[in-house]
Amino acid sequence: MRELALNILDIAENSLAAGAKLIGISLTADFDEDRMEIGITDDGCGMDKDTLARVTDPFTTSRTTRSVGMGLPLFKFSAESAGGRFHIESEKGKGTSVTAEYRISHIDRMPLGDFGGVVLQLVTMNQGVDFRVAVKVGKAEGVLDTREVREILGDVPLDAPEIRAFLRDYIQENLVSIYGGRL
Amino acid sequence: MKSLEELKALRDKMKSQTDNRAVAGTDETVIKVGMATCGIAAGARPVLTALLDEAEKRQLHNVSISQTGCIGLCRLEPIVEVFRDGQKYTYVLMTPEKARRMIVEHVVNGNPCQEYLIGEN
Repeated sequence: MRELALNILDIAENSLAAGAKLIGISLTADFDEDRMEIGITDDGCGMDKDTLARVTDPFTTSRTTRSVGMGLPLFKFSAESAGGRFHIESEKGKGTSVTAEYRISHIDRMPLGDFGGVVLQLVTMNQGVDFRVAVKVGKAEGVLDTREVREILGDVPLDAPEIRAFLRDYIQENLVSIYGGRL
Repeated sequence: MKSLEELKALRDKMKSQTDNRAVAGTDETVIKVGMATCGIAAGARPVLTALLDEAEKRQLHNVSISQTGCIGLCRLEPIVEVFRDGQKYTYVLMTPEKARRMIVEHVVNGNPCQEYLIGEN
């Protein structure tokens, strides 16, 4: 993984696999305090205490094709090697919440990368799932909530080319411009 | 700045257009991109973006592009599976450039790119 955005995509894919209907993605940065935080929250199937305790071990996975699962360990490593912290909470039947904190100026902090592209992919490629994406830097805040978008669109799908083009610009102007190349 | 108000106008415009997609019929091509940790780390996201952009550019309405989990051959990721004419074609070690060529030669013109298929590598 070379971008934090790809980690976000990867963790959100876990949420999708857990059968989530609403996934929240938050990106918060405070340049004065030199810290940023990424959070992914879902209302999927969650996990029991036993699994939760082992989940950042790369030899724990829910998949059946092989016994190695690198997603969460890589995300945890990305935070802890950049002067930050990693936290995961989960409750069986309720959902899971993953948070990673970084020191923005740390030399080993991975660049955020194409966050807008990841958001676009998540919202347009997963028809039955809603997303609430929020970016906050200081007092500036931008939100994309697919529930609002779907309410307006009615039966027009989010992956129609015209809608995808609209969402691409919307994400760029309302989310990406908030941190504008500084992460 | 783009607002949700504009989205309403766009929706009304789209609803008034006749939908060509409904006539696409049975000759649909299904494309799946492996999007698990292995695929993402190997570069599956730019590949998927290239496929979507190319399909949009060429107005390919009888093509459905989606993502899937781990296909089980992590070493050959990014993997793109194409389902067409009742057959499955597995493209391995893909790049955005290869993906664009695959769309042109296979999806549009019907000639699979043999050298990118599994078994040729």
